[in-house]
Amino acid sequence: MDKKVNQFNILIVGTGGQGQITLLQILAEAALFEDKEIKTSELHGLSQRGGSVEVHLRFGKEIYSPLVSQGKADLILGLEMQESLKASYFANSKTNFLVNKYIVPIPFQKPLSEDEILKILKKFSKKVTLIEAANICQKEFGTSVVAGIYLLSLASFKKLIPLKPVSILKAIKKIIPEKYLELNLKTFKLAREA
Amino acid sequence: MEEILLNKSREKIILLGNEAIVRGALEEGVNFVSTYPGTPASEIGDTFFRIGKSAGVYFEYSTNEKVALEAGIGASFSGLKTLVAMKDFGLNVCLDALLPFVYTGSKGPTVIIVADDPSCYSSAQSEENTRGLSLVARIPTLEPSDPQECKDFVKLGFQISEKFKIPVIVRTTTRVAHQRMPVILGKIQSSKSRIQKGKFIKEPKRFVTLPPRVLEMKKELLEKIEKIREFSEKNKINSTPRGSASEGLGIITSGISYLYVMEALKELNLDLPVLKLGFFYPLPEKKIKNFIRSFKKVLVVEELDPYLEREIERLAKDVNRNLKVVGKESLPEVGELKPEQVILALARFTNKKYQLPTVKYQIRAPERFPQLCPGCPYWFVFAAVKKAVDTKKVIFGGDIGCYMLFGLPPLNIQDYLSCMGSSVGIAHGIKKATGQKLITFIGDSTFFHSGIPALINTVFNKSNPLIIILDNQTTAMTGHQPHPGAPQDNKPIKIENIVRACGVKNLKVIDPINQKEFVTAIKEFLEKKEISVIIARRPCIWIKK
Repeated sequence: MDKKVNQFNILIVGTGGQGQITLLQILAEAALFEDKEIKTSELHGLSQRGGSVEVHLRFGKEIYSPLVSQGKADLILGLEMQESLKASYFANSKTNFLVNKYIVPIPFQKPLSEDEILKILKKFSKKVTLIEAANICQKEFGTSVVAGIYLLSLASFKKLIPLKPVSILKAIKKIIPEKYLELNLKTFKLAREA
Repeated sequence: MEEILLNKSREKIILLGNEAIVRGALEEGVNFVSTYPGTPASEIGDTFFRIGKSAGVYFEYSTNEKVALEAGIGASFSGLKTLVAMKDFGLNVCLDALLPFVYTGSKGPTVIIVADDPSCYSSAQSEENTRGLSLVARIPTLEPSDPQECKDFVKLGFQISEKFKIPVIVRTTTRVAHQRMPVILGKIQSSKSRIQKGKFIKEPKRFVTLPPRVLEMKKELLEKIEKIREFSEKNKINSTPRGSASEGLGIITSGISYLYVMEALKELNLDLPVLKLGFFYPLPEKKIKNFIRSFKKVLVVEELDPYLEREIERLAKDVNRNLKVVGKESLPEVGELKPEQVILALARFTNKKYQLPTVKYQIRAPERFPQLCPGCPYWFVFAAVKKAVDTKKVIFGGDIGCYMLFGLPPLNIQDYLSCMGSSVGIAHGIKKATGQKLITFIGDSTFFHSGIPALINTVFNKSNPLIIILDNQTTAMTGHQPHPGAPQDNKPIKIENIVRACGVKNLKVIDPINQKEFVTAIKEFLEKKEISVIIARRPCIWIKK
């Protein structure tokens, strides 16, 4: 959190269908539990169909814009490696990158290698952390659909987000439908033990 | 119970802009809601679709925006409190019905939500600015910045409509409609305190726009607008500016741009007076004149076309001839505004040095296009077309829906694309003009929306395109809303019955998974001297069976 201006800016990036809007809702509820001002922005419709999806969340005091300004992200949560690269537009040299070690290939294009992407991200910020979120969730639960929840929970336990894990937990319980709640709670617990 | 129905005053809940619009309408006691889905307005209808019954509100997905507005006009004439919602292009479709409605005025208070999409995130045809159409129609128009204002301005819109007997537009943009924030709730009117049923009372002088009465109505409208302008001069949604005017500088802004202005002032540590306009039409001219009277320079921050800038230049001629109005010379006219663009424009305006905190390093990230979903029935249609014809020798018409993606790699079969339903009308024109072989695609919901008159025209004026109606039995792209042919309905209207009734002889209904049959039909129909239609029927993979 930028103490001087008392605001925290997060970008969540990935491809359509990775659950960015659900993560946004959880973060927003968690921030409301802690009495923060909140603004978020997201895109729906055609822009979601398997293309790049980038959502913004800002909280703290005197929050007006729903969009993060260029170079003003405190945390970039990357659900896919190539998309994390595009989000570097919002990075400064102190930005934390927490990135899922996971690549969704683009048809008819050779994907960049993990090493190449990591090398480029490190030109932007020293604080780049790659996490095997998709693999860990696949191994533990037989599905990587909760990789985003794993990353988000991890970010709060590692204090990369100035929100208490208990607020995140409360928000998960509020936002996630009954049917999927148990899986999500297990994922949260797994991140705590990591 | 859904949180949006929570009846606790002063409680704060997080709402999307579109949900806040729904909440505002509920708090005002709306009776009748109609819409045709379109991003970024779709969640308004979708929310009413879910909660309408339990909230005691009549809701319908109409077949297109014009019909939606006409249904709303009927409800308003019958005294009901009415909301109609659409995306920007929808207003083009219903403009014909809107203009006379502003003349007759509303009886039951009526608010029309129109959502623009600067940067065209979900809009294939043009980058539209509804504010221009507000001027054409002379319809009062309010511009909220955030979800709290979405709720408050919808309520105010109903109040203005009730007081002045005129419909009111609340215009949002993608970043307002799809913005979330904690919104302070008000009280929802109990169903007992609301009107239960409308009653149409004959008042031809009021509801019939026949000459010579129509010109009297226009005169009455102009008088009404001046009264609303007086109202707007005193209304608090046009802010009373604070900040220091000592530098001779000021800022005028509205809608989403206001939020970027406030961020920019904070970022640059400036304290300039800001006039935020909640009314776009009619503008509070006295208030603006008072604001600019003593300035040297004023910065106008608005997205897309310079409507405010032009008005302010005009008003300055009366009160401050030397005023320098800075607007589009400093900000783009194409694409939505970004907060950093406003910071940089404000820094230039105040001669302040500012460096964005970015890292200077050029990257080339691979571009990712949206794709048809894996297993989408449209893949089979595409495959059959590829097998049946040499795609270089056939013209392919596109229309509005998921199948627009036929125009992107790796598919690349789309030679023209315009507005809803236009693929058929344009196909007829090309066939008449050239006689070249042509296949055009149109989706089921788009066919019902505005494809039918063009189909009739093609039969009536005799040309022979091959029209493939992609029937996935839902309005897929905007979030799977039902339509008149969708089997979820009790008695769906079958597209083949309509096509046949229009006089089309060459007609086949094929599940595109049967590739051989599909390929044979395409080959056979392309040689026909008369119009032919294939209905490719297979449900979208996301429909619940």
